[in-house]
Amino acid sequence: MSGNCLHYHYVVPGDDFTQAGMASSAVKQILKQLGLDPQIVRRMSISLYEGEINMVIHAGGGEIDVGIDDEEITAVLTDQGPGIEDIELAMQDGWSTATEQVRGLGFGAGMGLPNMKKYSDDLKIDTIVGAGTTVTIKVKINNSKTE
Amino acid sequence: MSDYFHSVTLDKSACRGCITCVKRCPTEAIRVRNGKAQIIGERCIDCGECIRVCPHHAKLAVTDPLSEIARFKYKVVLPPPSLFGQYKRQEDLELIRSALYELGFDAIYEVAAAAELVSDATRRMMEQGKLNKPVISSACPAVLRLIRIRFPNLLENVLPLSAPIEVAARFAREKAIKDTGLKSEEIGIVFITPCPAKATAIKNPMGTEKSGVDLAVSVSEIYPALLSAMNKCAKEGVGRENAQSGRTGLGWGNSGGEAAATFTMRYLAADGIENVIKVLEEMEDDRLSDQDFVELNACPAGCVGGVLNIENPYVAMTRMKQLRNYRPVACNNIEGDDIPPELLWDEEVTPATALRLDPSPQNSMRMMREIEEIESRLYGLDCGSCGAPSCRALAEDIVLGYSTEDACIYLLKDKVEAVRSSMLSLKLESRDKSGEKQ
Repeated sequence: MSGNCLHYHYVVPGDDFTQAGMASSAVKQILKQLGLDPQIVRRMSISLYEGEINMVIHAGGGEIDVGIDDEEITAVLTDQGPGIEDIELAMQDGWSTATEQVRGLGFGAGMGLPNMKKYSDDLKIDTIVGAGTTVTIKVKINNSKTE
Repeated sequence: MSDYFHSVTLDKSACRGCITCVKRCPTEAIRVRNGKAQIIGERCIDCGECIRVCPHHAKLAVTDPLSEIARFKYKVVLPPPSLFGQYKRQEDLELIRSALYELGFDAIYEVAAAAELVSDATRRMMEQGKLNKPVISSACPAVLRLIRIRFPNLLENVLPLSAPIEVAARFAREKAIKDTGLKSEEIGIVFITPCPAKATAIKNPMGTEKSGVDLAVSVSEIYPALLSAMNKCAKEGVGRENAQSGRTGLGWGNSGGEAAATFTMRYLAADGIENVIKVLEEMEDDRLSDQDFVELNACPAGCVGGVLNIENPYVAMTRMKQLRNYRPVACNNIEGDDIPPELLWDEEVTPATALRLDPSPQNSMRMMREIEEIESRLYGLDCGSCGAPSCRALAEDIVLGYSTEDACIYLLKDKVEAVRSSMLSLKLESRDKSGEKQ
């Protein structure tokens, strides 16, 4: 399975909204070139975009590692941000701790984590308050999950 | 029809092999090889961006010569809304209309009139909730081709209605047959095209098997003849008011006109191919789900910005705004409850696979690894000297077998440098040896 594997590493700068989405955009381009099903591409890029934006808004940036093999796409997003205090609350539609300023830019609608859950096949969140968060998103390549 | 007819083409003798077009092409469809630009047919969307930017005027649009209209017994001309913005001294639409008759056309069917029907149909379909929102306009053929190649996900949001040109052609032919009793092949439907994308769409239509338009004559070709005819008509006096379209239809010539005609408040209109791509990226990531309608035009300012037009797009836009003021809101509506079949796509528009590396995912993965490996060895300067738009594109070309690493002048320089130093060390070595002998 992992004999045929691609790896990508991206650094996401913190608090720079002009660059937010660069990593997910690059991954999207790669997935399209691989000729994957458009729905798979769409689900992965939406999940990854939400994760990337979260890092910019809440965690002062971080790093993204993407692996693609014959079966699935895995993205691991690591940050040294404040961590998530109440994951259950954070998973609720519309819940956000984003500042007014961030909301003014059109972000922070509280749909980030819910969307990541909705569009991915597997979402894992490891978080330590005060130390950081690691989010793992998986989208299966041969699975036809409908939204 | 060949699958790969393109209006946009190259005048080899004028091409100097600079990489201006290569860098600006939105689908990375151009390479310079052996000193001349080459268009990769399956990637080209005929947007005309290369025609716009070529400093040597080596990029051309193939259209039909005006003289071709003589082939037909009865000639119907389809002027696009943007044509009415091309000339000064226009108080109404009549002068251009009279001049078109003067040029030998027997009848006129304004594309703007058909646009009003398309707008009506769009409103009805949106009201009935039959469309995926945000609905993406299907009128600009360059945008439609771009979506097929780069954003196939979004095809399900594209308005499944024919472009006003096609609709105009169908109704114009029906009317001409009825009015004259002639056979369909004796009637020539002639579109005056502001851009290569529409000329291509006529030879290679999307959403229908065969276009109803027989000839596409460029605005730039008809412009001087039409101007003389207008001067003549102005002296002799023009006929009574006969224009066929209102503000809604004429508005389609500018970016935002089609969107405004949907009568929704939640719409977005973007023009210029780079801006269009950015909006499509946003849509693909679900970031525009609060909009009802998205109008996209490949040319800056909309169809008035087409590369085959003469007038500055913004001047033309201002003129059209003035012209519109004197027109009724609309002159054409769909009669009855059903949308006439002339307006509907009769063929699905399917994704194009021009960007896919290989049909087999396993092969694609292997090729992608090779691309990454080669790219890591390139300098990342994106200088374009190899003829590809970026180092990444060169790496892709190498893996696809279209180029070699020697195309990179920096790698070549390193190679030459390595040869030179090994020659040098050889020389030193031999001198040392001869020194030993003495």
